[in-house]
Amino acid sequence: MFSQILKNDRGGQIMLVVLAAVLIVVPILNLAVAETSALHIPTYLVTLMGKYLTYALLAVAVDLVWGYLGILSLGHGAFFALGGYAMGMYLMRQIGDRGVYGNPELPDFMVFLNWKELPWFWQGFDQFWFALLMVLFVPGLLAFVFGWLAFRSRVTGVYLSIITQAMTYALMWAFLRNEMGFGGNNGLTDFKDILGFSLQADQTRVALFICSGLALALGYLLCRYVMNSKLGRITVAIRDAESRTRFVGYKVENYKVWIFTLSAILAGVAGALYVPQVGIINPSEFSPLNSIEIVIWVAVGGRATLYGAVLGAILVNYAKTVFTGLMPESWLFMLGALFVLVTLYLPQGLAGLWQPLKTKLGHKPEVAA
Amino acid sequence: MSASKLIQLGAFFLGCLLLLSSVQAETSPTWTQATALFKQASFDKTREAVDLLATSHEPQAQQLLQALLDGQLYQHKQTDALALLSDKDPLDLSTGQALGTVNKDDYRKVPINNTLRKYLRSKIGGLSLANPDPKVRLAATTGLLETITPEMLPQLQELASKESDQAVKDALQLGIHLASLSATDKPTQLAAIQALDGNLNPLVRNKLNPLSTNADPEIAKAAQASLRSIENKVSLNASIETLFFGLSLGSVLVLAAIGLAITFGVMGVINMAHGELIMLGAYTTYFIQKLLPNYLDYSLILAIPAAFMVSGLMGILIERTVIRHLYGRPLETLLATFGISLILQQLVRTLVSPQNVPVSNPSWMSGSLEINSVLSITYNRLYIIAFTLLVFAILSYLLRKTKLGLQVRAVSQNRAMARAMGVRSARVDALTFGLGSGIAGVAGVALSQLTNVGPNLGQSYIIDSFMVVVFGGVGNLWGTLVAGLSLGVINKFLEPWAGAVLAKILVLVFIILFIQKRPRGLFPQKGRAAGD
Repeated sequence: MFSQILKNDRGGQIMLVVLAAVLIVVPILNLAVAETSALHIPTYLVTLMGKYLTYALLAVAVDLVWGYLGILSLGHGAFFALGGYAMGMYLMRQIGDRGVYGNPELPDFMVFLNWKELPWFWQGFDQFWFALLMVLFVPGLLAFVFGWLAFRSRVTGVYLSIITQAMTYALMWAFLRNEMGFGGNNGLTDFKDILGFSLQADQTRVALFICSGLALALGYLLCRYVMNSKLGRITVAIRDAESRTRFVGYKVENYKVWIFTLSAILAGVAGALYVPQVGIINPSEFSPLNSIEIVIWVAVGGRATLYGAVLGAILVNYAKTVFTGLMPESWLFMLGALFVLVTLYLPQGLAGLWQPLKTKLGHKPEVAA
Repeated sequence: MSASKLIQLGAFFLGCLLLLSSVQAETSPTWTQATALFKQASFDKTREAVDLLATSHEPQAQQLLQALLDGQLYQHKQTDALALLSDKDPLDLSTGQALGTVNKDDYRKVPINNTLRKYLRSKIGGLSLANPDPKVRLAATTGLLETITPEMLPQLQELASKESDQAVKDALQLGIHLASLSATDKPTQLAAIQALDGNLNPLVRNKLNPLSTNADPEIAKAAQASLRSIENKVSLNASIETLFFGLSLGSVLVLAAIGLAITFGVMGVINMAHGELIMLGAYTTYFIQKLLPNYLDYSLILAIPAAFMVSGLMGILIERTVIRHLYGRPLETLLATFGISLILQQLVRTLVSPQNVPVSNPSWMSGSLEINSVLSITYNRLYIIAFTLLVFAILSYLLRKTKLGLQVRAVSQNRAMARAMGVRSARVDALTFGLGSGIAGVAGVALSQLTNVGPNLGQSYIIDSFMVVVFGGVGNLWGTLVAGLSLGVINKFLEPWAGAVLAKILVLVFIILFIQKRPRGLFPQKGRAAGD
């Protein structure tokens, strides 16, 4: 089945093989190799890599709508954050009476706000399965409603980008309000454990890392599967000639809504895996800057390739980690320059560099294969 | 009777002797007489002394009476000298000089009762009311209004009949009505209630409120009617004020968005660095003020063309180096210009400072225009509205009536055809982008007067600006004006009952829903130019 899905996707094959190798090697080097050994990978690095993997999944989600559907969404940061909040709420309930105020029912910030009982929208989040359902449902529902309204009214191009940005912006302001019941400015933090396992433990961290890797692999395969299907070909048709596709008889809006919703759900899953690893979720995740940054990951890696998005997300974030550590002043210069240079000189992204290489090699592979 | 007279006389002489023996040679006979009257510690005599001082033109008289009212008037047990002893430095009332440290035991407090207090109040008011300067009279009358009592009526009426200054006369008239409210006879009260109908002074409401529950149904009814009409007037004024706040917020939005309306609307370029061009304008203001610290009132005027040049040239630079290569690919320009915005922000952080910089307001910007006691309009907001309209008018003229405007419209409608007709489209592009960016700089000058100037200034306006342009309809300056002003007004009217943050959210949701209904904004482009 994999071979069917990944046919003609050399980049994806390589990416998944590398990913599989990393998912096997890293846990071993972290858990089984002695800390004194040069080969030992410290837990913070595992968590950092786990974070990159969730970003990569988010980038795949954005690539799905931007690369294949031609919708530049500046709202995926919001879907990511909503998934994160859903998971954060579960983790918050898991704290139980170990909070500063020791209230078994209410999270600390609610006690602080003098709330007497749990708001209705917090009900059920003490159950892991319910939280997981919400991780999928909340971003999915928002994307569905938003997309249904927007695509039906044929809001396209720049307008769509700007109203997705307006949506993120509005959500950011909303979550900043204490009255919303999501911890206001501070967000949700001080998590203790997940499913009974301590979040500080190495094993939990490695498990989360592996989950992130698996989620990325599954998400990738799902997107590739969808794009290989008839649905995927219609999607590309919509991107390249929306009016023509409509005239041929396809309900363009419906296809758009479903792809957009799928993408939002993937973003939500990425957010849900991100939160237990970084240990906090707050309204800054909704900031419009974040959503635009995701787009640049995809642009750096290469649009409409999926594996390019994974590559871009990991490379840009690795660079960010390195440079904000070494020269914090220079990071924004570099990120800015990256935006400009990639759009001007690398419209196909890094994956685009690989394309001519592939065609050059293309004379011989018949023999090699 | 005669005995008391005798004692009084004796005391008087004694007082005179004591006074003579002390060094107070400059005290007037009235003062001496009053001092002696105070010495007797009888309420009647104190009242006489008050009368004496109130009609005299003693420079310290008012201060003394006030001290007496506040219970801070003391008399020296030996010298009879009158002093003001309070938490602050003790004061010799005959000279108005500070006494230095005194032993409070040497002094005796001049006693006072409630009847006397009432009497004193009217006398004190009367003193400043007689001042030759109309400004002092007005201040005194206004001060008097708060403690007005019916006893002051005859005095007020007399003053009002003699008063020549209209403002003071009006204030006195208000005082008469207010005093009549507390009168004991019903017709006077009713007439006063009638006369105060619609008066916006908060004191009127304070005085009318208890009357509205008066035992006499006629008075209560009249008071309620008056109160209602006052409340209506107040809420009308409050609405006008909110409208004005909304318009000024809207003008800021228009000013920030109008440059974007040109680059985005006319050229189809999404310039995410627009906010940073606004920021550059604000920083230009800061540097010009720093260069000309002695000409604060004029440097702001100078900053307008300077900011236009700085931001405009920066815009042309951006257009020539980056955007030129991206025409027809609006989503890519969004990303590239976003990168530029990050670079510009960081540049300001590195070269100037990551903190906000202080930009001062020229003197003519401060202050406010008081329309009535519940409605006043600050000048800086008034200027912003006027300035926005001016910029808008100039820009409309430029685009409609000049050759450049014609070329800009030609290129934006059909680039190939315009080029075929001999329009140098590359030059037009650069100039249009420069114009839009320059206007952003001018907006920065205006914003520097309203908000903090820092590296993040642009970021906080960019999204709002886009909303305005999209809401108004791309490629339409009028749309931007109407959209900006109405969003500002909507926001300010929502704020009182929703709070500032919720109002902002509601406006964003409103725009998102509005775009669903009218994907091309309030004033969509018509005809061929409207094509995708």
